[in-house]
Amino acid sequence: MTEASPVLPPRADALAMIAAATPPLPAAELRTLDNECARFVFRGREAAIGPAGEACGVALPRARGAYGEVRNRRAIWLGPDEWLLIAAGEAPEGIAAAIEAATAGVPHSLVDVSHRQLCIEVSGPAAATVLAAGCPLDLSPAAFPVGTATRTVLAKAEIVLARTGPDVFHIEVWRSFSAYVWHYLDEARREFRAG
Amino acid sequence: MLLIACPYCGESRPEAEFRYGGEAHLARTPDSLDDDGWTGFLYARGNPKGLHFERWRHIHGCGRFFNAVRHTVTDKFVTTYPAGEGRPDLSSPEFAEKVAEASR
Repeated sequence: MTEASPVLPPRADALAMIAAATPPLPAAELRTLDNECARFVFRGREAAIGPAGEACGVALPRARGAYGEVRNRRAIWLGPDEWLLIAAGEAPEGIAAAIEAATAGVPHSLVDVSHRQLCIEVSGPAAATVLAAGCPLDLSPAAFPVGTATRTVLAKAEIVLARTGPDVFHIEVWRSFSAYVWHYLDEARREFRAG
Repeated sequence: MLLIACPYCGESRPEAEFRYGGEAHLARTPDSLDDDGWTGFLYARGNPKGLHFERWRHIHGCGRFFNAVRHTVTDKFVTTYPAGEGRPDLSSPEFAEKVAEASR
């Protein structure tokens, strides 16, 4: 899919106009990031998991709710045989070729979802509180520590939520839901605006 | 909101992440069914007032189907277990307390 969609703007621009029009709020800052990166959903059984992780450069985590990170690449556990692979700032072709070569002959699936979703970062001391306006998970540091990632819901949208710092969350959301999620979070953080 | 223990995620997660999947342990045996048998397979369900074996899917989580035992009056869960396992023996001492609690 190389031609520009007549309906949707190019993925990097899908949220750009909305984000540019949103005033900053340090208590829970919203920003878009990593939107020119490669994303894959990998599914496979035991024999395919190790080689895929090696080819990807970051071992696929086996612990539920965990993600692994090596430099710009991240592997998020989504299910017992399902991972979301993200490579910031990279094109998908090289990674796909490497993983396909490593898992040749072993049943698996590797789907390029680079264009499917966007990443929104929520950061600041009120980040968890703002997310809690729409996400029913317990986001306290004890229950959802740094290094945790999971698929969950935010209001009516499905998201993949990762805690990358004590006050930093990354939200992977389908592109068509991104404006909804952005506005929802912006609305939720209004109470932290002074005055 | 219910908290449902997903056997694959190993923890209780909010109901909003799940979808209900109807009665569990329905055997699909098309070769041995006549029209009445098919009708029963497709449409007839137990609908008990009490403990119900049912399917759930953790669709906004790990994506897996699993089975659960829920009390249809109190909405309390007795147990959840991976799809493919047989019905748990609820008369065993292991479940006695949970069954009593779910029925209260």
